[in-house]
Amino acid sequence: MVNSLDPTCNTTPEPMTPGSTTPNPTPLEISAAELTVPQNTSAASAKDIASDWEPKILVFACQYCTYAGADLAGLSRLQYPTTTRVLRVPCSGRTNPQFVIRAFQKGFDGVLVAGCHPGDCHFTTGNYFTRRRYLLMTRLMEFIGLDPRRFRVCWISGSEGPKFQQVVTELTDTIRPLGPSQKLWDEGGISS
Amino acid sequence: MKYAYYPGCSLSGTGLEYNISTQAVAPLLGIELCELPDWSCCGASSAHLQDHTLALALPARNAALGEEQGLSLAIPCAACLSRSKAAEHAVKTSEDMRAQIESLIDRPYQATYPVKSILEIFIDAGLDTLKENIIKPLTGLKVASYYGCLQARPTDFMDVDDPENPQTIDTIVAALGAEPVSWSHKTECCGNSHPIAYPEVGGPLVNRILEQAEKSGADCIVCACPMCLGNLDMRQKALGKKRGRPFNLPVFYFTQLMGLALNLRPKKLGLKKHFISPIPLLSKKDLLKRIKIKKVKNKPADTPVPASESTETPTPNPDNKKGGPA
Amino acid sequence: MKKVGVFVCHCGTNISQTVHCEKLAEAAKTLPGVAFSTEYKYMCSDPGQTMIKEAIAEHGLDRVVVAACSPRMHETTFRKCIDSGGLNPYMLEIANIREQCSWVHSDKDKATAKAGDLVNMAVAKVLKNEQLPSSFIPVHKRALVIGGGIAGIQAALDIADTGYHVDLVEREPSIGGKMAQIDKTFPTMDCSACILTPKMVDASQHPNITIIPYSEVEKVDGYVGNFDVTIRRKASYVDSVKCTGCGLCSEKCPSKKIPSEFECNLGTRPAIYSPFPQAIPNKPVIDRENCRYFKTGKCKICARVCTADAVNFEDQDEMVQIRYGAIVVATGYTLYDHSQYGEYGYGHYKDVISGLEFERLVNASGPTMGKIKRPSDNTEPKNVVFIKCVGSRDKARGHDYCSRACCMYTAKHATMVRDKIKDSQAIIFYMDIRTPGKNYEEFYLRGVEEYGVTYVRGRVSRIYEEGEGENRKLIVQGEDTLLGKQVFVDADMVVLATAMEPQPDAAGFARKIGISYDQNNFFSEAHPKLRPVETLSAGIYLAGACQGPKDIPDTVAQAGAAAAKVVALLSKDEMETEPIVAKVDTDRCSGCGFCIPICPYKAISFTDLTERVHGSVAWGPTGKEVKRQVANVNNGLCQGCGACTVNCRAGALDLLGFTNEQILAEVDSLW
Repeated sequence: MVNSLDPTCNTTPEPMTPGSTTPNPTPLEISAAELTVPQNTSAASAKDIASDWEPKILVFACQYCTYAGADLAGLSRLQYPTTTRVLRVPCSGRTNPQFVIRAFQKGFDGVLVAGCHPGDCHFTTGNYFTRRRYLLMTRLMEFIGLDPRRFRVCWISGSEGPKFQQVVTELTDTIRPLGPSQKLWDEGGISS
Repeated sequence: MKYAYYPGCSLSGTGLEYNISTQAVAPLLGIELCELPDWSCCGASSAHLQDHTLALALPARNAALGEEQGLSLAIPCAACLSRSKAAEHAVKTSEDMRAQIESLIDRPYQATYPVKSILEIFIDAGLDTLKENIIKPLTGLKVASYYGCLQARPTDFMDVDDPENPQTIDTIVAALGAEPVSWSHKTECCGNSHPIAYPEVGGPLVNRILEQAEKSGADCIVCACPMCLGNLDMRQKALGKKRGRPFNLPVFYFTQLMGLALNLRPKKLGLKKHFISPIPLLSKKDLLKRIKIKKVKNKPADTPVPASESTETPTPNPDNKKGGPA
Repeated sequence: MKKVGVFVCHCGTNISQTVHCEKLAEAAKTLPGVAFSTEYKYMCSDPGQTMIKEAIAEHGLDRVVVAACSPRMHETTFRKCIDSGGLNPYMLEIANIREQCSWVHSDKDKATAKAGDLVNMAVAKVLKNEQLPSSFIPVHKRALVIGGGIAGIQAALDIADTGYHVDLVEREPSIGGKMAQIDKTFPTMDCSACILTPKMVDASQHPNITIIPYSEVEKVDGYVGNFDVTIRRKASYVDSVKCTGCGLCSEKCPSKKIPSEFECNLGTRPAIYSPFPQAIPNKPVIDRENCRYFKTGKCKICARVCTADAVNFEDQDEMVQIRYGAIVVATGYTLYDHSQYGEYGYGHYKDVISGLEFERLVNASGPTMGKIKRPSDNTEPKNVVFIKCVGSRDKARGHDYCSRACCMYTAKHATMVRDKIKDSQAIIFYMDIRTPGKNYEEFYLRGVEEYGVTYVRGRVSRIYEEGEGENRKLIVQGEDTLLGKQVFVDADMVVLATAMEPQPDAAGFARKIGISYDQNNFFSEAHPKLRPVETLSAGIYLAGACQGPKDIPDTVAQAGAAAAKVVALLSKDEMETEPIVAKVDTDRCSGCGFCIPICPYKAISFTDLTERVHGSVAWGPTGKEVKRQVANVNNGLCQGCGACTVNCRAGALDLLGFTNEQILAEVDSLW
């Protein structure tokens, strides 16, 4: 049973089904852009993807630990990929799995849900719920065929700036060879 | 209980008395020691200096051979023991290391059969078994149990005993009827090979141990390692001369004392091989004479045994022939 | 009509070096809902904040996005800013384009693109912000101090002096704590009891302080301003109202040889006892486990000799429940048990003692009347060896941390040995000499220069006994690293400076009252630098060694600080609470109760809702009503984590300030 809820985020789970990748370059503009979908729907080949495509990762960061850890990474000037976006939540227990699904539906290539280490939650128990929910969620995603390597749950404390940099960079590196995420992408657009 | 006996290099050389006495005593307590066929050097401290993986693979090979026969290794020498336990620990805690070792020794090794010291195998056989078989309790003998550094350290894998105040040998000594003294240098280093190579460093180390044993009121010292006994025994005379007063502290292997209590012939225990002869001490304490047990034939079990010819009082045990198993 | 103002900060060059701020501000103008967008060098500065306020007025903005440093830095600043600009303070969102953008990327184009995305997110979120009203909870004007050592006593005095009532709970029969056991205090060498007892008397006589001795806190319910605390008053078997403190009972008690905890087991006490002569309250208690009457049914001598008829063998534990507005935790410390230290004899050597035991020996009212005597044979030691860092700075056998007070008290002890014992030797084995306080360095040097204390730098690897019977002596085997040699010292007595540890039940106690503790079981402060006396649980404060090892001056200072925080809280009639709380949409709530066990603060409970049945026109007996159960969130208890919202099957629970709509809008805005 593949489990990406590795608390140390050290193991990279094996995919259950090899993901098929269809090219889907995402232009990075300042204003919210329309998704340009290429008409080419043939099977993937690396050269079809835009040469400068980078996986876009969304991080749900808990305010007290991970967000602080990310700030510390900033204070220490640790560099990580520019395609990372951090969304602040008060506790990792606030992240509804539906937010994660929404992220994949919108086109994110990878999602990271991060919070305080078990036992250290600012709200005492929030991250225990995160742990339980995301165990189920990972199984659901595997069931529907989403590559589990695209989704990770991690514990990053406020003093672990380097860990934040490491996790985000590793996740980006892991997803890059997988290509853009296709499985949940709702091309027609979900009403906002 | 059957074990694969691993004598190592020293037991046929400097540790000859240990070998003799262990092999003599074990069967009396129901322990079968079969020498491990094709055993090889454990590496001791030399391999450890060269390469860590080699230092683990060498002892692992012997343990693996034992494993093939489904036997635990019984190891007398403390250095061989320490290296073998280190290998066992490495294999148990690291998959990576196990793979490396298995490929080096070219055979599988799971560490399923724990390696044991001779001390452990006697404790495992049960102190009650020992006590039942004692014919000549060593009353009046004050013994300082010397463990040396390797019996109780490092605590990661040498965890049978407390590292600061170990008790295993003391327990056996007490079971033999002797009096283990409480003393402070149980686990102080004897210098290992330094008394040979570096006498100005090694000498004082041995001297300290002997002095403390003397000050604690001990009549003799007991060891479980050929290196320790070698240092304490061989250097004693010179050190005594240096300080102007001999020590007169015979150094035994605990198996030799066991043999005496179990009424074995002193010749069978290698007592004549020591540099500091234990014979005067044993004589003084009246522990040399063997108790003759009359063989009682065709007599009902509750008939009292006729008095023996020796001057010692026999322990009433009519069905026990000399040194038979319990 | 929603009008968003976007304000991009350069933060000097911190942001503008990597992010093109002008371009960012320009692009923001094109976002839906944005009525005004600008950039400035230092948004948090006075002119920057004025700019925001003026823009609000000029452009009729009703919500603001500031793209600057982390919200953890300046969210409060900008909230106050827009509040004074006439907006609800929660109509603000911050885009972190410094710590999480300009500082972690180097490619200017990509960083600017990312900053744009972050501004998008913030704008999308703020468009769904609601004006959140603060709620108010009442504050009960009574404080509780747990622990009657110097920290607790000082905190109680400081709070009581401002006019508020304080209850001081102490689990021993008397207040005073460790300071009552100490002989002299460094660096002044004041007699500890002499400076402590006036404070103890002040506390007992203060009209605003109620001392609750021989009691323990059983349970803490409630929340800041309204803590419902259950205190167990242990049965003392002596009526403290009738008792006059004459001491006759203790004199006549036949069970006299009980090891005295106060004397560190170096002396004895009777079964009915007061721990020390200056105890406050000076009313004895009966030690039930050692009392002859309780063990055998025979005795009652104390009851017979008592002229006040104060002994009551029928006494029972009593539970009282009292409401407090604030709590100060001052439960103090204990010492590392050196009987686990094999190298120093496993506690078997009688003459190897701890620093506190030495204090009792040297104390004039101690078991040896102030004469330093060897516990083994009552003779005076000549060579006394001191070993510092026993259990401190010791990864192998003890704790990593430094216990802070030991260098000073060891210097003090060594000085006392040299002073009190003729022809004595005091040798201190040390790793470092830490004398950070006022006059501490001078104190230590005086010990060396005037009193001839010898310091040897090195650790002691073993203490062992040599010889037998009368000739037995202790040998301390250590190292002198400055000489590069091993050192063997004949010692008559060895004093170990053992580590300061939290009380053995500290972790359980912290869980009971709802505060957190660190890996060493010391209670956690809210911020190690800037909030040393607060905990992350509002209304609960810390003082003294329970928060970390420290000496008396620091303890007293911390107690005063905690008292100030308490008074700040109690001075308000009502407390404003953060409005980022969960909210139940009762229309959707089915009353399933799935959310209730999720909340660690027990903030959700059922409440009854009476509604008109569909179709009926009137209330009351003529119309038809239906009662149903829905979830209800207590705003005072809810801390705003949002864990319950995910569990809600109907989607009835949402978190104000981080609503589902807001978060989804943030996700959507990035595409």
